[in-house]
Amino acid sequence: MTWQLWLDLHLHFCMLSLLAVGGALAIIPEMHRYLVTDLHLMSEIAFSQSVTLSQIAPGPNILLVAVMGWNIGLQSAGGFEAGAAAIGLGLFMALGLLAAVVLPSSLLSYFMVKWLQLHQHARGVRAFKAGMIPLVMGLMLSAGWLLQTASNPQTDWRLLLICGVCMVLVLKTRVHLLWLMLGGAVVGALLGL
Amino acid sequence: MTSLPRSRTDLFWSFSWLGLQGFGGVLAVVQRELVDRKKWMTLSEFAEEWALAQTLPGPNVVNLSVMFGGKHFGPSGAFAALSGLLFFPGLLMLAIVFTFQAFAHLPVVASALHGMGVAAAGMVLAAGWRFMPTLQQHPIGFPLALGFAALSFALAALVHWPLAHVIALVGSLSCGLAWWRLVPKDAA
Repeated sequence: MTWQLWLDLHLHFCMLSLLAVGGALAIIPEMHRYLVTDLHLMSEIAFSQSVTLSQIAPGPNILLVAVMGWNIGLQSAGGFEAGAAAIGLGLFMALGLLAAVVLPSSLLSYFMVKWLQLHQHARGVRAFKAGMIPLVMGLMLSAGWLLQTASNPQTDWRLLLICGVCMVLVLKTRVHLLWLMLGGAVVGALLGL
Repeated sequence: MTSLPRSRTDLFWSFSWLGLQGFGGVLAVVQRELVDRKKWMTLSEFAEEWALAQTLPGPNVVNLSVMFGGKHFGPSGAFAALSGLLFFPGLLMLAIVFTFQAFAHLPVVASALHGMGVAAAGMVLAAGWRFMPTLQQHPIGFPLALGFAALSFALAALVHWPLAHVIALVGSLSCGLAWWRLVPKDAA
């Protein structure tokens, strides 16, 4: 990892922070494009693992950026085999990228909240809120699509079925998300997918 | 009757506890903790703050913690609430990732991760699909709103456009059209 790359990554995540209307799930497609397709800093499988593992832990979804930082740092230093140096770089990148993606939007919230409270019914603010909804929906659906493709590169119909069943269960029932993840894990392990 | 957070430490631990309970959707947890248990805000105050947090970029619950901590104790309060929300959940998450990766070379763990990955994908797809009723009542009309959603899906998932370009194109069209349709009430 060169300093130039380190700086580029952090600046990019600072920019993403301000583009993250709709939260962490809405920037998943951009992180995929940037980290996997363009920079080749992560494999498809590492990307899908980062998002997946972040879903089984509690806490805000944005923590998935810390998992990505961890994976990028660990891999660029040679993986677990490289020992303490790689683990150290992983933790350093996890903290750095999380700060980069959280601080700009937090500063904006801190300083904008009074202004927004006064103007929340203004035509411009309402137009912005309404206008962003279709975009956020499209981005979340692309996040799900990319995650499905990354976890299922061979397009196995059984994995597609698990994905579809989970989607329907979330929409139609109140089943806890952890049960769905556990179900996916058990079915995946039993069938050797 | 509402009460107030006692200190920055109080904020830190309260938001830590809140973060550790939030699986998937945090909205219900935030409401239960801040409104029902702590009584730090009324339900209508919460609804308003949540709407503000959603309008601004960044994760809603992160924005809410910054706004709430800042309101009571200024910048250091905002930092206390934010770091509480992220610190212990972050540590727990890294521990989970560490454990899984140590065993990821085993075929059975790899298979389980594939199964969990597509399950998570289904959950994310469902989160996106939940906007459908909102689109049906959208000020620019359902067909156009659906068209913009489909366009941003195609640009982000299929053509792999950078997010800044997608927002610049689809966001400006969609917000511009919403601006035009949201005629001021006195003029209508």
